[in-house]
Amino acid sequence: MSLDKHEVERIAHLARLAIDPGAVPEYARNLSNILDLVDQLGSADTAGVEPLAHPLEARQRLREDVVTETDQRERFQAIAPQVEDGLYLVPRVIE
Amino acid sequence: MHDKTLTELAAGLRAGDFSSEELTRACLERIAEHDGTLNSFITVDEEHALAQARAADARLRQGEAGPLTGIPVAQKDIFCTDGVLTTCASRMLENFIAPYSATVVEKFDAAGAVMIGKTNMDEFAMGSSNETSYYGPVRNPWNPETVPGGSSGGSAAAVAARLVPAATGTDTGGSIRQPAALCGVTGLKPTYGRVSRWGMIAFASSLDQGGPIARSAEDAALLLGVMAGFDERDSTSIDRPVPDYTATLNDDIRGLKIGLPKEYFGEGLEAGVAQAVEAALDEYRRLGAEIVEISLPNTHLAVPAYYVVAPAECSSNLSRFDGVRFGHRCEEPEDLEDLYKRSRGEGFGAEVKRRIMIGTYALSAGYYDAYYLKAQKVRRLIRDDFLRAFEQVDVIMGPTTPAPAFRLGEKTDDPITMYLSDIYTIAVNLAGLPGMSIPAGFVNGLPVGLQLIGNHFDEARLLNVAHRYQQVTDHHLQGPAPYV
Repeated sequence: MSLDKHEVERIAHLARLAIDPGAVPEYARNLSNILDLVDQLGSADTAGVEPLAHPLEARQRLREDVVTETDQRERFQAIAPQVEDGLYLVPRVIE
Repeated sequence: MHDKTLTELAAGLRAGDFSSEELTRACLERIAEHDGTLNSFITVDEEHALAQARAADARLRQGEAGPLTGIPVAQKDIFCTDGVLTTCASRMLENFIAPYSATVVEKFDAAGAVMIGKTNMDEFAMGSSNETSYYGPVRNPWNPETVPGGSSGGSAAAVAARLVPAATGTDTGGSIRQPAALCGVTGLKPTYGRVSRWGMIAFASSLDQGGPIARSAEDAALLLGVMAGFDERDSTSIDRPVPDYTATLNDDIRGLKIGLPKEYFGEGLEAGVAQAVEAALDEYRRLGAEIVEISLPNTHLAVPAYYVVAPAECSSNLSRFDGVRFGHRCEEPEDLEDLYKRSRGEGFGAEVKRRIMIGTYALSAGYYDAYYLKAQKVRRLIRDDFLRAFEQVDVIMGPTTPAPAFRLGEKTDDPITMYLSDIYTIAVNLAGLPGMSIPAGFVNGLPVGLQLIGNHFDEARLLNVAHRYQQVTDHHLQGPAPYV
């Protein structure tokens, strides 16, 4: 599997990662090599095999539907890049 | 004092031979003296450590001490520590003071252990050499030109250099066992779900597992006893009693059946490593164990399956780092998309970006079945190989790594070569099994690790089997010359 420059740029966009344009060819080469490694999976006969998501096949636990979290807004916002009046600030989204 | 094991130090504290404050100061002095070269710590919190040491001394005086009370322990910088910088060795979290502690950290606090600092690691635990850290590589105390392994490289190097008697690690594809092997220390990755993942910064959630790194199996047994247990806050934590891991350390292992997977002794295994493993097996024969050849026929598919499953989960987990709520934010973003892209582009290093992109690609529309679903099916084949093997044998053994520590920079240009250094450890994570690495000798002055793999929840047996070996050998007592 070989990825070209445009595919790398598309994946970086989907992942919301800014990539230095000069580094794109190296990413294309490395990612293609990793996908070549991964393509060995094609040699496995998995007909009739169920996918395994949890090694012990444990089921997700459910808990009572009650409030367990306490209000820690100030604590958590103390480490935010930019807040105002208890709200996280980001660049304007709606004009 | 630094050459004593955790078990010996715990006895000394109880007997009043020295105080926790004296022991903690001794560790801090060793870190100050040696860590300029090793770079095994990202943060050393002297004030915090001494306050905990004094509290531990009070507990010891009052006779309320547990086995770890007063013992200095280093936390891998992937575990959140309330009020203490928690970076995951990433620029993304360069300024992140965790607002809460991981369950593992809380358990050590409750046991009265002294958190001496946070150890260096590969960025977000993605690496096998500790060279992807934003804080620079860690050096192997056995030879400063070689890597300590990764991702828990700082923890393994700090324990090997006797800066601290014990440290925590996390293991997603070998990140406790591989650095333990390369640094000549004892490391244990427990069964998936045995140790809480709450507050442990997530890389690949279905594979990540925390565990201890120490100088002996006996020490690891004490540490695991504190770390293990059910946690309501971790949705994949397993509710199962924690045995006293020290109670069975000396059990007789006559008649133990050890399986040797023939796939772990093929091409790519260095001759010196193979010889050390053979010598260890001879030791086990003398202890009365029986060695049986087994086959894990899907071994060759473990690395390919891992490099779909782990990056896919990583791309999902690391989407939380968005420059909005915590962590790195770029300067003067033009709009929200620019904020996301540049904050992430600047905050993550190259290896983390590669894995996020592989995962994003594997999960993107049209590719999900071919990659993620296929890898999950292969994952079942790999796990079932182990389950079949455990119908015949009690434990599985082999080399932890194909070769001893490699040179700094040797594999950084070629991710695939780096990935293949985890060829014997990765399948264990895919199968959710417990695995250990214990020192088994040296090749050209560099340590070799023997890997022990157990059935699910068989940590007590692994520790017992490791301890019996350490009773009749002294590899685990050897230390790197400048540090003993």
